[in-house]
Amino acid sequence: MQKITSLRMEHITKQFPGTLACDDITFSVGEGEILALVGENGAGKTTLMNILMGLYQSDEGRILINGEEVRFRNPNDAFSAGLGMVHQQYMLIANMTVVENIALGYKEAWSPVKLDLAKVRARIVEISEKYGLAVDPDAYIWQLSVGEQQRVELVKTLCLGARFLILDEPTSALTPQETDELIVLLKRMKSELSIIFISHKLQEVKNLCDKLLILRHGAVVFEGETADHSMGDIAALMTGHEVELPVNKEEACNGTVVLDIRNLDVQSDRGFLALDGFNLSIRCGEIVGLAGVSGNGQRELAEAINGLRKVERGEILFYGEDIANKSPHHIIESGMGYIPEERNTEGIVPAFSLKENLILKDTERDEFSAHHFLKNKAIEANATDLRVKFDIRSPNTSVAAGSLSGGNIQKVILAREISRRPKFLLAVYPIRGLDLGAAEFIHKQLLEKRREGIGILLISEELDEILDLSDRVAVIFKGKIQQVLERKDANRRTLGILMAGVHDDQTV
Amino acid sequence: MTRQFKLTYKFTIIILAILAAMGIGSIILLAIGADVTKTYLVILLEPLKSTLQISEVLLRAIPLSIIALGISVAYRSGIINIGAEGQMMMGILGTTMVALSLPTLPKIILIPLAILTGALFGGLWGFIAGVLRAKLGVSELLSTVMLNYIAAQFYTFMLRGPFLDPAEKTLGGAGTPQSMRLTKNLWLTRFIPRTRLHTGLFIALALAVLIYLLLWKTDFGYKMRASGASGRAARYGGISVGWYLVVSMVISGAFAGIAGAIEVAGVHRRALEGITAGYGFSGIVVALFGGLSPIGIIPASFFFGLLIVGSDMTQRLVGVPANMINVLQGIIILVIVSTKMILADPYLMERVWRWYQRHCKTKPEVEA
Amino acid sequence: MNTAVNILSLGIPFSVALLIASLGEMFNQRSGVFNLGCEGIMAMGAFLGMLVPYSVGHGGPTSEIFNVLGLLLAMGVGALFGLLFALVVVTFRAPQGIAGIGLQMFGVGVAGTLFRHFIGGTQSVPGISKFPIPLLSKIPVLGPIFFSHNVLVYIAFLFVPLSWYILFRTPWGLRVRAAGTNPRAADSIGINVTRVRYQALAVGGALAGLAGAYLSLCQAKMFSDGIIAGRGFIAVALVYFGHWHPVKIMGGALLFSLAQSLQLAIQGQGIAFPYEFAVMLPYVLVIVVLAFSRESQLLGPTALGQPFNREKRI
Repeated sequence: MQKITSLRMEHITKQFPGTLACDDITFSVGEGEILALVGENGAGKTTLMNILMGLYQSDEGRILINGEEVRFRNPNDAFSAGLGMVHQQYMLIANMTVVENIALGYKEAWSPVKLDLAKVRARIVEISEKYGLAVDPDAYIWQLSVGEQQRVELVKTLCLGARFLILDEPTSALTPQETDELIVLLKRMKSELSIIFISHKLQEVKNLCDKLLILRHGAVVFEGETADHSMGDIAALMTGHEVELPVNKEEACNGTVVLDIRNLDVQSDRGFLALDGFNLSIRCGEIVGLAGVSGNGQRELAEAINGLRKVERGEILFYGEDIANKSPHHIIESGMGYIPEERNTEGIVPAFSLKENLILKDTERDEFSAHHFLKNKAIEANATDLRVKFDIRSPNTSVAAGSLSGGNIQKVILAREISRRPKFLLAVYPIRGLDLGAAEFIHKQLLEKRREGIGILLISEELDEILDLSDRVAVIFKGKIQQVLERKDANRRTLGILMAGVHDDQTV
Repeated sequence: MTRQFKLTYKFTIIILAILAAMGIGSIILLAIGADVTKTYLVILLEPLKSTLQISEVLLRAIPLSIIALGISVAYRSGIINIGAEGQMMMGILGTTMVALSLPTLPKIILIPLAILTGALFGGLWGFIAGVLRAKLGVSELLSTVMLNYIAAQFYTFMLRGPFLDPAEKTLGGAGTPQSMRLTKNLWLTRFIPRTRLHTGLFIALALAVLIYLLLWKTDFGYKMRASGASGRAARYGGISVGWYLVVSMVISGAFAGIAGAIEVAGVHRRALEGITAGYGFSGIVVALFGGLSPIGIIPASFFFGLLIVGSDMTQRLVGVPANMINVLQGIIILVIVSTKMILADPYLMERVWRWYQRHCKTKPEVEA
Repeated sequence: MNTAVNILSLGIPFSVALLIASLGEMFNQRSGVFNLGCEGIMAMGAFLGMLVPYSVGHGGPTSEIFNVLGLLLAMGVGALFGLLFALVVVTFRAPQGIAGIGLQMFGVGVAGTLFRHFIGGTQSVPGISKFPIPLLSKIPVLGPIFFSHNVLVYIAFLFVPLSWYILFRTPWGLRVRAAGTNPRAADSIGINVTRVRYQALAVGGALAGLAGAYLSLCQAKMFSDGIIAGRGFIAVALVYFGHWHPVKIMGGALLFSLAQSLQLAIQGQGIAFPYEFAVMLPYVLVIVVLAFSRESQLLGPTALGQPFNREKRI
């Protein structure tokens, strides 16, 4: 097989309805190089790579490999040219084994009447030994941890003959220690193949990559050597302006405990205990950050607090009342505010208008209905008011909420939750996938509410977000609290160790 | 993208959809060697040629619209009711039961009582499917179809047994399964001489207004629509989605029951086999064709009343079996659901727009 | 003893239409599409299956050839209907439930219309004759139960291991399962999800057509409007009940057919039980079965019912 000595994308342009995802992008990668592709969410990184992999067709532009133009109509074309991509959301089929997942793409093992799994298994063994990537071919994907799944993705890509790797935000779901291991591995692999490394974590980029390509709003704003630039420079180029996310600098308050979770057991969808003897308490006027790799019970915790998931055992005391297994309606009425993880499908009714979404929890209130008839004027006035206050960018108040951008949808949710004057706020991944402007706005609002004396539980996997905002940081691992730290004692390293399941007192 | 382009684009798609529907229908007509144009003309125009025929079209629009209103409430709440046929039969049984057991009640009491009992029976039949879905996760598509078959058997059983016309009994029990002629106090007034058109028409219109107010003007309707549009978000918002599923299914069943009651009281004046006549299935098509809103359902039910009356005439006039109505209804559903998705696909519109710019807009640029 | 043998030997052929149709539906659902139009395709199959032997082959030694032609025609048109459905729900991405109802109405309507034009009334055909397997059919008890049926019965039961093999041991089966479980992942690894779903729907349609033809050629030996009597919907229910696995689906089909032959036997005994309630039983059974079979979607197609759109970014 021929090596890929150079790969070049020229004048790539791709238009999506309403957005220009890629605007005349040109770059190239040479042999044994690692190129960092950097940009904010929505800058067009993933779209660009999906074009490279034949998943999307570009409207204009061309791709050259070793100087020759190639045309990828589908991923198969890209595979046979020697490209391979590990997507941010792992592309694995949960109820199949590792070997079956890899067989899906490994055409040498296909014949019309038989699937030669032995051949696939042999290939897996060959690749894992070559790169030191241990995987169990017969494990089902759903049995594997996030880190193991990533290894399967890498093995899969290599088994299919990739001589050029694209990694889309490979570290976003890893603990800091797992991230370090991955970076060591990639540095080792560099001798064999070229890599495009997509990330917005600049530390990793500085550590790993030779060259740097920065995208903003679908266009290249910078291309150059990583070594020549400081992280500050890169950040400024990435966002286009200086954005300093607000930081919680105030003294921790010693208010009364408002939410007290005791010995909570909750089952996951798959039937095991996602929360297993979970304890946590939050006082009024403080932000408690819950750090952890996602999938360790965060979703189940949020749903249990809001009555959306059955509590098997334990209690959730909210201002003294046990709200475990109460109806969502009851919990909302007792003053719980909730910014859910899935903002597009859970936080709003996408088909409903902006103004309708703003009264989702309040249709029965006298303010918006009388004798069960809705008061349209009041609903309109409410929307007009909140749209200005929360800087929701929309043509009017009657557009479908689902047609808004992610940041604006999050502002709609925030506007609704905050305008209801909650006694407590639960925010789950509140800035995931948002650009920095929207993130800044949302963080300011959370801090403002904290100042007003509301207790806030912030669930996030972004350690920066947690360290910026929290008064105390709790770390969750396999459904249990590992440890609760004061802000002054928390840093990336200690949190990373705790997130990996190691207790502080047994630090290696 | 210009506004004019968007309008032309949507208009073109709708025209293409209509052509596609007629095209598929034509294939079937050609297969049986029928005159395609003539058949369509008979179906669409023949029923409009006399007052009597128009009154027959309206007569069929009454049950169609009531059933479609009920189906639209369920559909908007996230549950698809295929069971209107069975619910209608149960409604007929309820009405018949009241009329048989209380024949002496005055008209002003008997009619509302009989119709409400019909609604109750139909609603109960809908309730079963609603609870099965909300509590046990049984797909309503399957359960309502099964409940149709069950209702059909139960209906026949009642007509052959408890409700059987005593006059038929004397014939040795092998007679037509039907009830005796029901009391005159149940009869709805036929307000146009020499036609069968009855006051059920006004009940249907009133129900349409009621559904409009319910769905769009009350918090109750808001919650139902929220449950249907996004069950997850509704649950998050504190709405008990399961409860609204059941309620909407009860309403839907009750409307089918009312349709049955009105057919008995207005047209047949006794319970007999074949009253439902596929209205329960046509109602689904009417609801979809009417855009799941009362404002659309009223004209849509007239249109389908027309198709039904028209299809009845094709056998005599052009030798096309009346089953053609099922073919047309099937095609219309397939075409409507497809067209809706095509119209809602921004990516496709974007692609067509670019194609249009490249191929049709080049001239002005050259001139410039 | 004799009654029991009778019930069983009747029950086995009764199960065939359900079995074939639900194996077809299993392929549909494994690829991520449920086809409620199965009922309509079966109606088409039932009509077309008997059309050929009725119009050209009146008895004689050649009649079996015309029967086979009828079966093939039913399968071919069934596959076409499957492809039509694929156009609507895969390419246009229409909601599958309501589209399936549309296809059902269309199929039943077309079958009824064509039937009235080409055949007219209740005409019967000789149908496919029984083929007792030599030697095996002579075994007492087991012989009459398992080995004294028409060829299609044996073929239907051979379909069970065959479809298991196809689903779990061939590349195509792997692709079908991938498309129905995580289409995005399947797409990223170069599998054409749209094509796989079209193929699965064509296979499912062909089998539904065959199942319909079995009803008219082997079971009823005639066609009537209500001949399918909800079997298409029951087949869909059986796939849920059988958790998308051929062997469990076969179990479900046998459960239903035995209930049916048991009911006939009870009627034959002259036990006073209203006829209508006896006919109701299988439909009640479907609801009961669905209510008490917990869906374990983790094993099956998790993307069932969801259209796939590569460009739609979440």
